[in-house]
Amino acid sequence: MTARVGVVTFPGTLDDRDAARAVRLAGGEPVSLFHAEADLKDVDAVVLPGGFSYGDYLRAGAIARFAPIMEKVVDAAHGGMPVLGICNGFQVLTEVHLLPGSMIKNEHLHFICRDQVLRVENADTAWTGDFEAGQQIVIPLKNQDGQYVADDATLDMLEGEGRVAFRYVGWNPNGSRRDIAGITNERGNVVGLMPHPEHAVEPGFGPDSREQGRAGTDGLGFFTSALAGLLASA
Amino acid sequence: MATIVVHVMPKPEILDPQGKAVGSALPRLGFEGVAQVRQGRRFELTVDGEATDEVLAKVREAAETLLSNPVIEDVVEVAVLDEATA
Repeated sequence: MTARVGVVTFPGTLDDRDAARAVRLAGGEPVSLFHAEADLKDVDAVVLPGGFSYGDYLRAGAIARFAPIMEKVVDAAHGGMPVLGICNGFQVLTEVHLLPGSMIKNEHLHFICRDQVLRVENADTAWTGDFEAGQQIVIPLKNQDGQYVADDATLDMLEGEGRVAFRYVGWNPNGSRRDIAGITNERGNVVGLMPHPEHAVEPGFGPDSREQGRAGTDGLGFFTSALAGLLASA
Repeated sequence: MATIVVHVMPKPEILDPQGKAVGSALPRLGFEGVAQVRQGRRFELTVDGEATDEVLAKVREAAETLLSNPVIEDVVEVAVLDEATA
């Protein structure tokens, strides 16, 4: 069985092709999903890719949340389907209340693009099973509205339940509360993060690794994790 | 036709990077003594017919669900725009 992983395209999405390529390189079958169609096409998992859905008008992810496809994504997520939100996709997941908190403009106000070191805090989610807790990975980061915020009660709850999935290491690039780069829901099937794992899946086109320039492929683990989980439960 | 104004502001406990940047630019223009700037949004919704209580209730609902994100923002005002000031 080849797992079918849907990649949603909203108006203004940028990284849907990269996400689909990442799914293919990980051994899955990418399936294009369109914002205006309330149809998940029998996929086994969904990726909400990065970009500027609806121009980021109003707030990042605020309008995408009401797209017809999102109702299906929310239902599927509540049913346990693995859902990964990357950057703008993470913002959509918070706007649609699948994940708590929100993203505001970077503390320094600048757009930022860099290879970012992350620590995997939770290796038990649907998208992190191929990592080890505490493992450091390098994933490209590129955003302007990447500062994760939530009230202290929510942050304490996330920490207490082990739902901080990734933390920035070395430098907090956007002022995110408690260095949070990504979080998961209670069940562990929904994960959102600001950095872009789909840009670190192929040698020659990824972030610099210690051994060689552009050789980093740490992002592949996100997609192989989900596929392994789907095969195990099939 | 009536126009309803909705004001949305970042929550007081949420850092407002844009307001902070504006605040730090004011002294450069010679505006001194401004302790803090916070930046929000103003929406003007022009509706068919009168701004009845029912219409205002719907606008309030829209303000809480789409125009603002309750995690980071407060709806601080929903009011009918006075024709004289429009």
